Amino acid sequence: MPRAFTPKVITANALLEGDAVWFTPDSTWTGDIKEAELLEDEAHADLRLLEAQAQQDKIAGAYLADVKAGVDGPEPTHFREAFRTRGPSNYNHGKQAEV
Amino acid sequence: MYTYNDFDEAFVLERVAQFRGQVERRIDGSLTEDEFKPLRLMNGLYLQLHAYMLRVAIPYGTLNSGQMRQLAFIADKWDKGYGHFTTRQNIQYNWPKLNDVPDMLEALADVGMHAIQTSGNTIRNVTADHFAGAAADEIADPRPIAELLRQWSTDHPEFQFLPRKFKIAVTGSPNDRAVTKAHDIGLRMVRNDAGEAGFEVVVGGGLGRTPMIGKVIRDFLPQEDLLAYCEAIVSVYNLLGRRDNKYKARIKITVHENGLETIREKVEARFAQIRDGFTGFDQQLLAQIEQHFAEPSYKSAKTDGYEAARLANPAFRSWTDTNLTAHKNDDYAIVSISIKKHGHTPGDASSDQMRAIADIAETFGHNEIRISHEQNVILPHVHKADLNLVYQALRKADLATANIGLVSDIIACPGMDYCALATARSIPIAQEIATRFEELKMEHEVGPLKIKISGCINACGHHHVGHIGILGLDRAGVENYQITLGGDGSEDATIGERAGPGFSADEIVPAIERLIKGYVAIRQDDEETFLQAYRRLGPAPFKDILYPEKAEKNAA
Repeated sequence: MPRAFTPKVITANALLEGDAVWFTPDSTWTGDIKEAELLEDEAHADLRLLEAQAQQDKIAGAYLADVKAGVDGPEPTHFREAFRTRGPSNYNHGKQAEV
Repeated sequence: MYTYNDFDEAFVLERVAQFRGQVERRIDGSLTEDEFKPLRLMNGLYLQLHAYMLRVAIPYGTLNSGQMRQLAFIADKWDKGYGHFTTRQNIQYNWPKLNDVPDMLEALADVGMHAIQTSGNTIRNVTADHFAGAAADEIADPRPIAELLRQWSTDHPEFQFLPRKFKIAVTGSPNDRAVTKAHDIGLRMVRNDAGEAGFEVVVGGGLGRTPMIGKVIRDFLPQEDLLAYCEAIVSVYNLLGRRDNKYKARIKITVHENGLETIREKVEARFAQIRDGFTGFDQQLLAQIEQHFAEPSYKSAKTDGYEAARLANPAFRSWTDTNLTAHKNDDYAIVSISIKKHGHTPGDASSDQMRAIADIAETFGHNEIRISHEQNVILPHVHKADLNLVYQALRKADLATANIGLVSDIIACPGMDYCALATARSIPIAQEIATRFEELKMEHEVGPLKIKISGCINACGHHHVGHIGILGLDRAGVENYQITLGGDGSEDATIGERAGPGFSADEIVPAIERLIKGYVAIRQDDEETFLQAYRRLGPAPFKDILYPEKAEKNAA
């Protein structure tokens, strides 16, 4: 049996600011992972990644990251991706400071 | 210190202009990220977890007050009001915006600084003993040689696409404070039987995933042959080094795979071939460079006040006990300013602190500042009569922490709080250890101890050469910390040994506390350092302290 596909989101760094951004269902970029498109099908995920990577004037380094479906939208499952939604732990800088 | 001539200035400004054009073309879509990435890396610009990061070279860790003020200005104008001093004697800005970076580079060029070759497979910032030019134990100031190497390696057409990055460190002292044996080339100034100064040349050292202590390729190299010999080493490596596998591409692997003898033969052959091409111009240049590194005009003043202040103020006395090093001039001292206040981020200085350091250096320190690979700031020349005033000024800037060389003087890489390569966080572990030992009030009792933390196997935090090394890893999606013991970055360089299974983020600080308290309990006397005790007793008792359950089981 093929291994079950872990749900994904597409994430990247914004070109000018460099901060973490996520790819939405309407092919824009958001600073809030909860607004990201939840990708549950592998073939669709690969296709969307190509579309995301084509937006070279907006982002750099797009990739697929594991998530789980939460009540309000996708949630990171790995601590690295969780840190990217917040910012560093030593200062109140980055996304956590914008809230 | 060295100041740019017209050629240097024109070169750096031209590079800034080129990069400005490259950034414009990236933003308008003419360049893809794949095309732009090598260009930005050539100028020290990385893309990290939360933002871009600009790595600025501080050649051999030497700065003047004007440069330090400019670093503060850049931090305020284009970043978040602070900078991070690194184990490579560089400074990193963690929050620049892409379209501001050309302006930042131009501001750096205004004070004779740049970010060229702080990334990429090139010869990186040449590092040196942070006490260079001041240390009592020094044969000669190694910085003129470091500057000569910097000029030779910057934009060297043959060495812009090496198999991998290449790091050179230089020391002029027998006591190695520049970790020369963990560099691609390590240069240690020595004297031959005739009393002439030359270099012991070490090659193939490095940390990272395959840590290696460098091997002596030449016992004694006359100074006038240094550049030709280094060029011979790098050109042999350029041809022989592996390009098929990034993890086997450093010269340490080339030396390991081919054997030191083969490398030596090839280097000597290449050296013989190119030596005559070095017609002595490099030595003329070196003579000019040396003039930039003339000793400061020392002042003479009575030092009685210093002793009196020490007696009168226990806090000042404690600071002088830990943060001063012997200067070659008896009336002077080398001041280490700790950037490791308990609970703070190792190596981070605010723009206000940078300006305070610049002012103090200007008033009391002959305008000289150094950055150490241990992420502290050095005032190399302070007259003893001024130490109390320096201390008071440092206190005002929250820079008077008396912990140099102690438990809380921890090296930590940025780790997963910033770095895209990291597998775990380093900074919070350093903060927690320092805070805990401040609560325990025992670090002065513990004595000299070097804890070094890396947030991934690439070992920017030098964990392999920490007396206690901590390596942060990702174990099945959870941060996990491995301890290594008995490492040493000095002239007796040793790679630490793994103690056993890793600890979770919650367990690591208690484990370190247990380890240090356990060492205090088993040391011969108060004078025996952690490293000495480890060397005397071997790893077994330390492992028993770290893993008490296992020790009990073995005893049963």
